[in-house]
Amino acid sequence: MKKSIPILIVFITGIVMVMQYFVPHAASEFLFTYANDFVIVIGILALPLGIFSLMRGTVKKAIKDPKERFYALATIIGFLVMVLSGLQRSQFTTPGTLLQNLFNYIMIPCQATIFSMLAFYIASAAYRAFRIRTLLASVLLVTAFIVMMRIIPLPEPLSSWNSSLVQWILAVPNMAAKRAIIIGVGLGAISYSMKIILGIERGYMGGE
Amino acid sequence: MSTPWYDKLLNIDRRWIYLLMAVAVIIPAIWPFTVPVGISGEVRAVYNFVEDLEPGEVIVLAIDYDPSTLAELHPMAEGLLNQAFEKDARIIVVSLSQFGPAMADEIITRVATSQGKEHGRDYTFLGYKPYPAITILAMGTDFRVPFPTDYYGTPVDEIPMMQDLHNFSDVECVIALAGGSAADMWIQYGNAKYGVPVALGVTGVMASDYYPYLQSRQIFGLLPGVKGAAEYENLLGNIGEASRGMPYQVTSHLLIIIVMIIANIGYIARRRAIGTVR
Repeated sequence: MKKSIPILIVFITGIVMVMQYFVPHAASEFLFTYANDFVIVIGILALPLGIFSLMRGTVKKAIKDPKERFYALATIIGFLVMVLSGLQRSQFTTPGTLLQNLFNYIMIPCQATIFSMLAFYIASAAYRAFRIRTLLASVLLVTAFIVMMRIIPLPEPLSSWNSSLVQWILAVPNMAAKRAIIIGVGLGAISYSMKIILGIERGYMGGE
Repeated sequence: MSTPWYDKLLNIDRRWIYLLMAVAVIIPAIWPFTVPVGISGEVRAVYNFVEDLEPGEVIVLAIDYDPSTLAELHPMAEGLLNQAFEKDARIIVVSLSQFGPAMADEIITRVATSQGKEHGRDYTFLGYKPYPAITILAMGTDFRVPFPTDYYGTPVDEIPMMQDLHNFSDVECVIALAGGSAADMWIQYGNAKYGVPVALGVTGVMASDYYPYLQSRQIFGLLPGVKGAAEYENLLGNIGEASRGMPYQVTSHLLIIIVMIIANIGYIARRRAIGTVR
């Protein structure tokens, strides 16, 4: 009973939602909208749990670990300031509010900086990884070299040749590989979904 | 015994590479230069589509990126908005990324003001909703389902330009500027289920993932990274942020190519000196 009822619910819901996708009718659209509201509600309910977990772990760190205290306090203060400053809707829609300023002058530069750091790691990784150790590694190296050369201004006709070669690399070998991956992932997702709907895969119930 | 020269080439401290990269990105800031960019077919397709819009036709522009990818995708948004407004097209802006709305609000307000366009008549900003797949599917039913009000709290039914607009059948295309998986959602649900033409603007590292969709015509155009944005600016005849960012791309890519060459010279020399395969 403890297992068969959830499996039955998943089976019926899964089959109904699969069929719904192919039925262009108002009732079907209503069912879809209604079912999706459940997803949003569950997501919202998960939010307090996430906040609680984050805060519990961070407060514990701030109290017990002197090395982590500064970072933990920065997290807690940052969290509280953003939440409190964003309680009013006008904070989002009016230029120059505290929330807008925090977003524009702290959030954007911080995220952009972190992402920009990738350039340093990519340079270091390229130096270490792109070596002609094997035939396949050599192919990878030559391909990376050609694709990166596209950014560099070259004299004609080198530029046109390189551009055509890059287009070919992207449109033929790259696409063949990507397409194989996409089809493989798609088939995997269908098979995994079928296993869940048919009750073969029961990992979502925990324990197994 | 001193370390052979090839071993020195193979074991350069990564901090030197970091320093060289810092120098490489500082050089264009001190000595700016321009980079010629060729126009690729996938970028021209997006440009031509917007260029062929008739006055009053509607496009959806999705600002589905975070500040981390702003440098690559914001210039695309600016170029597209400018071009669409110049063609007197109407624009519905949405944001399916949680950090997107503030950036979307800033850019659309700035561009619309500079072009003398009016909110509610020439464009509307519907705001953000979580779960991109669900939101796109719901927009296919009616924009009012996921967005009963716009970003500023005005009911969608009270927005003049939305009176005759209900779902994807009423728009010419969706142009999604995405720094993540929202791009896939637009293809899988927007195009596959509702048949709306979709074009994408993505970051440089994501671009190669979307070429299969270009050939299968599930997307009609693609703006790949800063280079794609610079190509678009070139087509518009504007020197914008992307064009100004290209010199930084050139110097940093050049450095990566040089360190790759140095490492492989060292590797080949070492292999010959030792006389082993590895």
